[in-house]
Amino acid sequence: MGVQAGLAMSGWRFKSTMNLSRKDMLGIIDLPKEEIDLILDTAESFKEISTRTIKKVPTLRGKTVITLFFEASTRTRTSFEIAAKRLSADTINISASTSSVVKGETLIDTARNLESMNPDIIIIRHSAAGAAHILAGLLEQSIINAGDGAHEHPTQALLDMLTIREKKGSIKGLRIAIVGDIAHSRVARSNIYGLTKMGADVAICGPAMMMPRDIDQMGVSVYYNMGDAIKDADVVMMLRMQLERQEKTLFPSLREYTNLFSLNRDNIKLAKDDVIVMHPGPINRGIEITPEIADGPHSVILEQVTNGVAVRMALLYLLSGGTK
Amino acid sequence: MKLLLKGGRVIDPSQNIDTVTDILIEDGKISMIQKGIPLPEGSDSKIFDLKDKIVTPGLIDMHTHLREPGFEYKETIRTGSEAAVAGGFTSIACMANTYPVNDNRSVTEFIHKQARLAAMANVYPIAAVSKGQDGKVLTEFGDLKDAGAVAFSDDGNPVTDSGLMRHALEYACSFDMPVISHCEDVGLSSGGLMNEGFISTELGLPGIPGIAEDIMVIRDIRLASFTKAHVHIAHVSTAGSVQAVREARSAGINVTAETAPHYFALTDAALRGFSTDFKMYPPLRGSDDVEAVKEGLRDGTIDAIASDHAPHSSIEKDVEFEYAANGIIGLETSLSLSLKLVHAGILTINQLIEKMSVRPATILKIPRGSLKTGSDADITVIDMNKTWTVDTDKFRSKARNCPFNEWELKGKAVMTIVGGDIRYADSEL
Repeated sequence: MGVQAGLAMSGWRFKSTMNLSRKDMLGIIDLPKEEIDLILDTAESFKEISTRTIKKVPTLRGKTVITLFFEASTRTRTSFEIAAKRLSADTINISASTSSVVKGETLIDTARNLESMNPDIIIIRHSAAGAAHILAGLLEQSIINAGDGAHEHPTQALLDMLTIREKKGSIKGLRIAIVGDIAHSRVARSNIYGLTKMGADVAICGPAMMMPRDIDQMGVSVYYNMGDAIKDADVVMMLRMQLERQEKTLFPSLREYTNLFSLNRDNIKLAKDDVIVMHPGPINRGIEITPEIADGPHSVILEQVTNGVAVRMALLYLLSGGTK
Repeated sequence: MKLLLKGGRVIDPSQNIDTVTDILIEDGKISMIQKGIPLPEGSDSKIFDLKDKIVTPGLIDMHTHLREPGFEYKETIRTGSEAAVAGGFTSIACMANTYPVNDNRSVTEFIHKQARLAAMANVYPIAAVSKGQDGKVLTEFGDLKDAGAVAFSDDGNPVTDSGLMRHALEYACSFDMPVISHCEDVGLSSGGLMNEGFISTELGLPGIPGIAEDIMVIRDIRLASFTKAHVHIAHVSTAGSVQAVREARSAGINVTAETAPHYFALTDAALRGFSTDFKMYPPLRGSDDVEAVKEGLRDGTIDAIASDHAPHSSIEKDVEFEYAANGIIGLETSLSLSLKLVHAGILTINQLIEKMSVRPATILKIPRGSLKTGSDADITVIDMNKTWTVDTDKFRSKARNCPFNEWELKGKAVMTIVGGDIRYADSEL
């Protein structure tokens, strides 16, 4: 049974026949605006499934989805697994600590072995930039990059864009500030590519030593002062201060970081009254964001998580050959 | 055994020769260069018609890694020197980062012995500056020179201690030998995986700024000035290094420099796609640096082109970019890539031969790089116009870590003669 018929059985009807032009989802950098729209539109229509009593459609019945995580993750891995299960795919989760990786097998050997078991989609997260590209070049299966080093995290950017679109109607023309450790952030890179393509005015802000060289060439404005960055912002996206990604101690102290780059009830007043506050999680309460902001009326952090499932369902569906 | 090379364009910058003429080789030596040499009597004589070919002093690659002893699965002295002659090199110098490190007479002598047994190219060991290349205690320069080392270098491990570098320069100078410096300020470079710039920002890979090289080049120039010793800067990759060397030379400081073909043939944009075949140290730089390296070659600031042939097996390269070893092989592509500079009008063929034969010989103070009568008959024959497609499966090297696979190149060595013996000949001859 094809995915079309499966979805039709579940009561879904799509009008157009546009589909994704790619085997893999490795990053936002080469994803055209039309395909971003397609994924977001598809995700929007999938959202309802997760609100049903029986949260399952047979769309991907008989398909096998593997999550291959070489880096700790709760949210992203669970989100992918739920997305696949709601579409009736069989899911297998492999994490580095339980796999043969610890026995010294190379990524390529692991991938070849998985390929031999004929999965349909492999979702990989890895601490090394480019890891998903290795698999994509090697395997016939669709590869979804669930985060590779400081390079890209495309599904995070897609779910962020879906959330912004829902809250603001459109991304075009919005002033969006991304604040934190930009250099080590794959979330920042994927969002910069996506949001600038969708017509947003993107400001990035962080300590000077966490600002990667020549990033202004990505079409963003660069700030070192948080107040300037979030002034009149429609969206403020706070990044996790990822001390674990820093090979050297780059910053004097968390105290200083919090003094300068934390979103709190004082500086949020600089943003627009209807600003939305986003965070890819996991949040460091009291470091990059104060609890009252994380839990306050501007925060859409948990809606991002909800949208993550929808976006990943859409992506699994579209990469399996589905059309909208 | 007599060889008569007829009718080639003989270019020997060491004697200011550039003319169509004949060369006679007898008993491994060049015995005559003149027009119209008749084929000598006797059945052991061979004649080659080299019309439209270029005949030059044998090429010298002053910077290679042959991996033996210790890493024979990557390359051996035999396979490395086979690759050398296939690429047109009659002599190669090999770096000390073997296992054990070439920091004592027995390793230097072993390299010479293996090279003799391989009987392909002349192999000149470069000994370590410090014992174990750990930057603490100098090696026995006197004993190593006596064993046949031609220079000292901790290549791969920069000498971070400026005091040790000063003493290395002073002591090497007392033996009339150069110190070859791998210039890298590790405080700036550590953790870096590629050139720092827009491309590293895009790829999310930690960057190595060009100044990590520039600062150490400037330090070593100051040390060379202070000690009046000869420092040779390895694999120059940045505009800042080129400028520093240029200024030092005009100030009369005894500094020489080399670059490698990848630093003028590729930019860091090649890293897009994360292929580990583009991962090396120093890293591929931006286009401004590439232009500066070309200008440094053109105006003579950069004396030599060396391959930095760095063989690795798939075990080190078929992994995530971050985990992959640095280095690419180059012996079998270096000449053809360098000929691009000639085809592009940046260098004359005569200047290229200076950089790939004459200057390396004078920097290392070895009796090569010349077609003077009576000298060893080390000769490379080049077909400037032969187009060929790089196929790493056909390489003599054991390694395949070459970013130029499937490149179409113009110009190639078609015959390599070492000591009067034909060690490599293209099928067309």
